[in-house]
Amino acid sequence: MNLEFLINTLSLGSLYALLAVGLVLVYGILKLVNFAYGEYLMVAGYAIYLSAILGAPWWATLIIAVVASMLVSFFTEIAAFRPVRTKSMDALLVTSFAVSIFLQNIVLLTISPRARAVPLPDFFSKTVVISGATLPLRNLLVIGTTAVVLVLLSFLMKKTVLGMAMRAAADKFTTTRLMGVPANFVISAAFLISGFLAGVAGIFWVGRSGSVDPLTGAAPLLIAFIATVMGGMNSPIGAVVGGFVYGLLFNILSIALPASMISYRDAFMFAIVVLFLLFRPEGIIRRGYTEERVG
Amino acid sequence: MSIMQRSLAWARSHSTVVQAIIPLILAGVLVQMFGSSLLVNVYTFFCVSLMMVLGVQVFMGNSGILSFLHVGFVGVGAYASGILSTPPAVKAMGVPNMFPALVDLQIPVLPAILLGDIVAAIIAAAISYPMMRLSDAVGVITLFATLIVFHVIMTQWDNVTNGPRTFFGVPEYTTLTVALVGALLMIVLAYWFRESSMGLRVRASRDDRHAAAATGINVVRARYVAFVLSALMAGLAGGVWAHFITSFSPKAFYMSEMFVLLSMIVIGGAGSISGAVVGTTVVTIAREVLRQVEASINNAHVLSFEVFGLTELVMAILMVAVLIWRPQGIVGGQELKLSRLRFKKKKEEVSNV
Repeated sequence: MNLEFLINTLSLGSLYALLAVGLVLVYGILKLVNFAYGEYLMVAGYAIYLSAILGAPWWATLIIAVVASMLVSFFTEIAAFRPVRTKSMDALLVTSFAVSIFLQNIVLLTISPRARAVPLPDFFSKTVVISGATLPLRNLLVIGTTAVVLVLLSFLMKKTVLGMAMRAAADKFTTTRLMGVPANFVISAAFLISGFLAGVAGIFWVGRSGSVDPLTGAAPLLIAFIATVMGGMNSPIGAVVGGFVYGLLFNILSIALPASMISYRDAFMFAIVVLFLLFRPEGIIRRGYTEERVG
Repeated sequence: MSIMQRSLAWARSHSTVVQAIIPLILAGVLVQMFGSSLLVNVYTFFCVSLMMVLGVQVFMGNSGILSFLHVGFVGVGAYASGILSTPPAVKAMGVPNMFPALVDLQIPVLPAILLGDIVAAIIAAAISYPMMRLSDAVGVITLFATLIVFHVIMTQWDNVTNGPRTFFGVPEYTTLTVALVGALLMIVLAYWFRESSMGLRVRASRDDRHAAAATGINVVRARYVAFVLSALMAGLAGGVWAHFITSFSPKAFYMSEMFVLLSMIVIGGAGSISGAVVGTTVVTIAREVLRQVEASINNAHVLSFEVFGLTELVMAILMVAVLIWRPQGIVGGQELKLSRLRFKKKKEEVSNV
């Protein structure tokens, strides 16, 4: 295994882990598979595009992107998920699907159906040479950022009252409420953090292609889905593991598949995951299985 | 009991089917006789959509597992029947890379549609058994991932589907009568399954799968039967659709179409056949009206930009609104029945306790 492969896999895995953790935080508490999650990334992309047009410096555009994605996440929860929270799981799922379509079409209607170029700081496209391997600086940045974000997140979850409340809510929501933890507050916090992670991941996601269009959210959403399911839906650790395994699988398939089959890579990818789930439906990281939902 | 009484009693106990079928036939006859060609087209499309929705309903409504995959079976049915019925000359021109054996194939339309749905059912039967073990979120995501596998194969396998490009030249066959007969057939089939002992078992597993398993129901097997049947129905709908629309690409069998189907089934109520009929009606009317509004805004040039996606936007809001007010859909989990309408008030009070 050479260095280039290692760093590429790590950076891809980091990005996927970020995506997956954001999704699983909300899933843990609400048992909601959030189909609108990909759109939070898309919002981050458009926030960079719009703020750059208005003349904001590059560091401001990045901050605005993360904040925009947090706000959208926060407000979709209040407007759409909160009223259907106590209803059936399918109602919640379909609501998130509708929210996703809503956000896509708002962008389609107000900005453009065509892709927009997203200006990113120069160092995103630079490459560095480390012991003979040429690597995009972006890939190293993803690894670093993910490490920092995950450390901060685990500090938040383990050491603060809010984090403890969120972990408790993910285990037994009703009991947590009986202990005096306000439900709306915990759920809002989860959506804000989920939006934050989506925003950070969105910057790097958009940074890879340098453009954003209304359907940008679909691919990262899928990756987050598959990574969380593969890693285990019930814990952030599972999501991180799932993200890295997915990144590794992706890179291995990219190398191992013959050129004529490379366009089927996604099909192989998902087929492998489906097969894996059949043997181990609870994912790689097994944890006490809780089916309780917010009621 | 005289034959008259017996048939009346039968009609009363199965009034759901009668209630769904009679208005559909009446509307069909009226549209055919007096409607403009646009209206005939809309009604035909409505009937085809109803076929697809009922196909989804047989699995989703009875088993309670949200399925994104069925639009993929619609696609399989459409491609399989289209390949079988399109003249070789058209295929040779339109699909340059197609396998020679497939190019030479041509059979009449009706057998092609029937074979197409059998292909969909065989694929469903081959892949779905292990998936039926999964419930809840994992089940939903797995079916979703399988839809993506379908989509990738449809867009890449250009020896069969013409890849991402349009597959065209499918002979036009679906008239209003064909679509209406198809829809009526689907209603009867969906109702028959729902009321059959296998249907009852699937519904029991939906309401409480542990209790169902404890009473000796093989949950996985019951779901499997429902899934294969619903794939067959979706494939049939796909075949009828293909011979109505005559040219299509894999885009037609992906997320945005699935969203339309889901909105129909959710707004009406996934749990019942009446719900599927009501939901398809409401959504078809709403979409047609919105489309007209969108077109007239664009044609009037009052805005400096083209309006895109207004229809989907409003549909999304409508869907969330319905879910907030009536999470079970407009009709709810129970079938509409003549006898039930009278006692509706009383029933609701009871269920609210």
